[in-house]
Amino acid sequence: MNVPNERKLTIARAMAEAVAQEMRVDDGVFVMGEDIAALGGVYGNTRGLLDEFGSERIRDTPISETAFIGAAVGAAQDGMRPVVELMFVDFFGVCFDAIYNLMAKNTYFSGGNFKVPMVLMTSTGGGYSDAGQHSQCLYGTFAHLPGMKVVCPSNAYDAKGLMTAAMRDDSPVVYMYHKSLQGMGWLATEPGATVHTPEESYTVEIGKAKVAREGRDVTIVSVGMGVHHALNAAAQLEADGVSAEVIDLVSLVPLDRDTIRASVAKTGRLIVVDEDYMSYGVSGEVIASVTEHDISVLKAAPKRVAYPDVPIPYARVMEQFCLPNPEKIIAAYQEMNAA
Amino acid sequence: MAPTRDEQHWMYRNMVTSRKFEETIAGIYFEGKTPVFSMADGPIPGEMHLSDGQEPVAVGVCAHLNADDVVTATHRPHHQAIAKGVELNKMAAEIFGKATGLSGGRGGHMHLFDADVNFACSGIIAQGMGPAVGAALSRHMQKKPGVGVAFVGEGAVNQGGWHEAMNLAATWNLPFVCVIEDNAWGISVPKEDSTAISNNADRAAAYGIPGIRVADNDPFAIYEAAGEAIRRARAGEGPSLIEVETYRLAGHFMGDAEGYRPEGEKDALFAKDPIPKMRATMLASGVATEAELDAIEAESTARVEAAITFARESADPAPEDALTAVFA
Repeated sequence: MNVPNERKLTIARAMAEAVAQEMRVDDGVFVMGEDIAALGGVYGNTRGLLDEFGSERIRDTPISETAFIGAAVGAAQDGMRPVVELMFVDFFGVCFDAIYNLMAKNTYFSGGNFKVPMVLMTSTGGGYSDAGQHSQCLYGTFAHLPGMKVVCPSNAYDAKGLMTAAMRDDSPVVYMYHKSLQGMGWLATEPGATVHTPEESYTVEIGKAKVAREGRDVTIVSVGMGVHHALNAAAQLEADGVSAEVIDLVSLVPLDRDTIRASVAKTGRLIVVDEDYMSYGVSGEVIASVTEHDISVLKAAPKRVAYPDVPIPYARVMEQFCLPNPEKIIAAYQEMNAA
Repeated sequence: MAPTRDEQHWMYRNMVTSRKFEETIAGIYFEGKTPVFSMADGPIPGEMHLSDGQEPVAVGVCAHLNADDVVTATHRPHHQAIAKGVELNKMAAEIFGKATGLSGGRGGHMHLFDADVNFACSGIIAQGMGPAVGAALSRHMQKKPGVGVAFVGEGAVNQGGWHEAMNLAATWNLPFVCVIEDNAWGISVPKEDSTAISNNADRAAAYGIPGIRVADNDPFAIYEAAGEAIRRARAGEGPSLIEVETYRLAGHFMGDAEGYRPEGEKDALFAKDPIPKMRATMLASGVATEAELDAIEAESTARVEAAITFARESADPAPEDALTAVFA
C-alpha cells in the first residue's frame, strides 16, 4: 500500500526519535547503558543522541548492569526519568536484583510514596546463530514478576509511540525490542517492521492490544517477531480459504485480555505464537485468559507454536528447527481441524 | 572537627531513641511466639534484625545530613531510619504491619520508605548501593544540592554490585558516600573467614578515592570522618568510603541462638556499649549535665512509647489493599 508522504522508519530509528523528542521537552530524561553513546547502541536505538544531547545526558556506562540499573532506580526515585539499556535480555542474570527487587518493588513497598519512572530497553530474539546467551526472548520471565510494565513492539509506528508512552509513565516499563525487527544493516530484518512513522511525537497506549489483521475462522495471537510470522501464515491460509485474525499483543503487562477474548469469541479457535520458551510462559497465559473466562467459545483445543524447552542452540539447522515460523502456524491450524 | 554541643545532644538523643526503640521491639517481639517460637505469630511477625550497638554509625553520619540528602539502608535499618528523621509513629506502625504504617503494611521492617526524608531500604545485601549512587547522579545532573549515602554491612563489600556501584560513583565523580558498618559478622560467618583484607577502607584505593577506617565504634571519630566525606561530596570532590568498627550486641535476627559467637565475646562488647560510654564522655567534657541527659533519655522513652502505642492501636490494613499500589 502506498501512503502519500510516507515516512518509513526502522524500529531502531523510531526508538531514537522518540527519545530525542522527549529529551527536548523533559530535562529529566537521560540515557544510560553500554555502548549507547558514540556507537549509538549495538542495535541502533540511541543513534544520533550523543551528538544532540552530549555525554552528560547520553551516558556510556561501565559493564556494570547492577550498578547502572540500580542507579536508574535511585535517579527515578529522585525525580528523573532515566532510560537504561540492558544490551541483551540474556544478560539479566547479572542484574536481576536491581530489576525485580528494586525497580519492580519499590513503588509497592513504599505504599505508592516512591515512584520509579524509568524505561529498561532490552534486545530480544534469535534466529542468527548467536546461541543461548544472546538469543532468548524471556518475555515470560519479565511479564511474570509484578511491578513492571512490559511492552514489545512489532513495528516502527508502535515502537515510537510505545517509547514515548513508556518515558511518560510513572511506573517502570521494560521495553523489549526484537533484533530481527530492528533494521540493522548487518542483521536481516523483517520488512513488515519498517512502516510509516509520523514525525511528530505521539503515544501508543501501554496495555492495549491491536488487531493486526481481521478474520473469522481462527485467532492467532503473538507479539514482536511472532506477529509477522502470524501475518505471513494468515496470508497463506487465506489462499486456502481460511480467514485468520491476527492479534498483536503490543504489551505483555498489562495484558489486554479483553481483546484476546473478543477475538476468540468470534473465531472459536486460538493459536498462540511465542518465540519464548513454551512452558510457564506467555503462550500458556494467553490460553488461560480465554479458557478461564469462557471455555465454551472454543470450537477446538487451543494450540501453541512456541520455542521448545531447550537452551537455544548455535547450529543454524538446529536453531531454525526450534524457532516458530509460518509453516508451523499453518500446521497447527490444520492439526486443530483434523482433530 | 568535633561535634558541637547541640550536635552531641542530638547524637545522644538519637542513639538513646534507637536503643529504646529496639529494646521495646525486642520485648514485644516474643508476644504470641511462646512457648514454641513461631516467626509468623505475634503482633510483630517475620524476621527482626535489631541494631543495638550500631547506633554511633547512624548518628555520626546523619548528623551531617538533612532531609534532602538521600540515604539507602540495609535489612538492619532502624537506627539509620531514626537518625535520618523517618517519622517514628509511621515507622513503628509499619513494623506492626498496620494501615497507618509508612507503606500501609506492604513493606515491613526491612522495607522502610519515607519520601519526606529521602530514606529507602533494601533487604538484599549491597543493593542499596545502586540507588544511592543514582540519587547522587540525579543531584549532579540536575545541579541540585544533596548527597547519596549508602549504609551497608561489612559482608556487602564482597558482593559484585558493591564494586560496580563504587566504580560507577568514582568514575562519574558523584556526591556519594558509602558507609560500611563492620559489625564483624555476616550472620554467623566472621569477617576474617569471608574477606581477604581486614580493612575494607583499603578498597578505596581501587577507585582512587579516600577511604578511612574508624576504630572502636567511636561516635566522635565517625562524626569527623563522615563530616569530611560529606563535605567532599557537597563540594563536588567525589565519593568517599568509610568503614566503621561497630558492635552487633544482638543476634543476626531475633531468635538467633548465636552459638557461633566465641565465649565471652558478647560480654566484652556489652562492656563497650557505646551509649553509656557517650554519656560518660559528654559528662566528663562538660557538654551536658546529668539532668540534661536524664531528660533526653526520658523524652526519648516517651517518644518511643507513644510510637509503639500508635502502632498497637492502629488498624490492620484491609486485606484487599494488598492488591493496590503495584504501579504508580
